[in-house]
Amino acid sequence: MDDKYYLEFEKPIVELDRKIREMKELAPGDVGWLRDEIAELEERRDKLQSDVYSGLTRWQRVQLARHPLRPYTLDYIPIIFTDFIELHGDRLFADDKALVGGFARLDGDPVMVVGQQKGRDVKQRQYRNFGMCHPEGYRKALRLFKLAEKYELPIIIFVDTPGAYPGIGAEERGQAEAIARNIREMSVLEVPILIAIIGEGASGGALGIGIGDTILMMENSWYSVISPEGCAAILWKEVEDPKQAEANRIQAADALKVTAEDLVNLNIIDGVIPEPLGGAHRDPARAAEYLKKSLLDHLKILMNKDKQTLLLERLRKYRAMGVFMET
Amino acid sequence: MVDWFNRARKGTPSAEKRDIPDGVWTKCQSCNEILTVMSLDKNFWVCPKCEFHFRIPAVSYISLLIDPDTFEEFDADLVSMDPLEFKDLKKYPERIASARKKTGRNDAVICGMGKIEGIEISFCVMDFEFIGGSMGSVVGEKVARAIERSISKGVPLVIVSCSGGARMMEGILSLMQMAKTSTLLAMLNKLKIPFISILTNPTTAGVMASYASLGDVIIAEPKALLGFAGPRVIAQTIGGELPPGFQSSEFFREHGFLDKIVSRPQLKKTTTQLLQYMWHQNINQT
Ligand SMILES: [Zn+2]
Repeated sequence: MDDKYYLEFEKPIVELDRKIREMKELAPGDVGWLRDEIAELEERRDKLQSDVYSGLTRWQRVQLARHPLRPYTLDYIPIIFTDFIELHGDRLFADDKALVGGFARLDGDPVMVVGQQKGRDVKQRQYRNFGMCHPEGYRKALRLFKLAEKYELPIIIFVDTPGAYPGIGAEERGQAEAIARNIREMSVLEVPILIAIIGEGASGGALGIGIGDTILMMENSWYSVISPEGCAAILWKEVEDPKQAEANRIQAADALKVTAEDLVNLNIIDGVIPEPLGGAHRDPARAAEYLKKSLLDHLKILMNKDKQTLLLERLRKYRAMGVFMET
Repeated sequence: MVDWFNRARKGTPSAEKRDIPDGVWTKCQSCNEILTVMSLDKNFWVCPKCEFHFRIPAVSYISLLIDPDTFEEFDADLVSMDPLEFKDLKKYPERIASARKKTGRNDAVICGMGKIEGIEISFCVMDFEFIGGSMGSVVGEKVARAIERSISKGVPLVIVSCSGGARMMEGILSLMQMAKTSTLLAMLNKLKIPFISILTNPTTAGVMASYASLGDVIIAEPKALLGFAGPRVIAQTIGGELPPGFQSSEFFREHGFLDKIVSRPQLKKTTTQLLQYMWHQNINQT
């Protein structure tokens, strides 16, 4: 693992990793000396790793979902699919770089894959607008969804956004309308829609490409009506003390119930996709493998449903969401 | 006191008294003109000088738009629960309790059936006084049922929105109300049943990004705050000032997301005329 970027709670693990690597460099191959020391360190690291990651707080999971090394949509696509042909533009205004999509093959079968895309370095992050779509992103997605419907391709969607972009141009071009239209249109698309939240699922920005038949979340992703810090800012306003600010974010994440496990308990999502110990970034290839397996399993179920059943079940799914009392 | 307001008073005395300022005089929040409450009330709480629309109680839109004695409320008994056991400075059930006490209603939307110039409609009006008109499970369910009544009875839908968006205290469940309502609107749309969305100050975020934006025709009162993101968040993101008039009704229309800006005294007439066009095949010509 690249040890330039790590989260505070990953630090002891990353340091052990580094030590092990250094020792291995000192004693290359399986030669005698240092072997026992390396084995011992590896054992310590594995123990520490399972301790840290079995007791993650919600806020720590949010941080893992935003880990700078976490695989993004365009990291997964070449591993999971073949023959990806990216398609650009909403045919109305622009090509939103925060949203990518196109034809691809999943185990040979043609699909439409669409996802939000973040950038890795400073330049790429700006280019991808931090994974925050403008209206043209949502409209490009809808264009691709309709294309998929026209040629009877199932749709696979990767959600990974800190939110729809809050900017002047975005408002001028109808951010709210774009999201609302997508929600409405996606609910009646006559092909299977499979959604995976692979990182961040922030509010309307996620929901704008998030209506489908099966909704899955990766183990260390989050999905919420508002980000924990957004919630904290509303509830506790500006806080000077950084420690108090952090405590507020932890409390907000807990109050909002943002993890995959929470959303299973609230009957909002249909399943959790496991990640390698320590998060997808610790072993992207394996993370992709788990993701692919999940997609294949769930898609198989959806592909066996006729159109009417699919649409009826989709409608019922959303119709049933909500908790209230009739007095 | 003009008639339309009297009728409103009969409905919910507690909700309304609070909104009429004490004393005979009040100041326009926009142009600072000193006005008599009486003159304002006669003018539907629109400032005669600058056309500023004072916020009026949700229930007043019933008497403003619906023919006398035709409104029948539905689902008034739906009450929020606390599925997240949400707690910040206050527990969510306490917030709900104080909002109920303040407004005399169970949640942030009033739904029912009524007639507008004789045309039967399914009608919803959101109540900003109830936790900022926020949409949680109850609002989502009530709007969903109102859409279903439109479908089952085959009558047009009119929704008056006034909301800061999804209700944070119900977390992801609130977000999903956007999906629940919009999914049903897809059905309404397919069945070619008219939906007029009326936007009042403010309509933003989760409500704007779901049913409020999905009307066949969308109209708004003048100078309402309309948009997706809140102006403060946008100013923070771009690190600068927002242009004057940004996210107003006028801005919204200028950019193509609003059909008409309609002053409150004209609201019923315009809504009726629109329905008479879209629903012409179903209206008795007599
Ligand atoms: Zn005025």
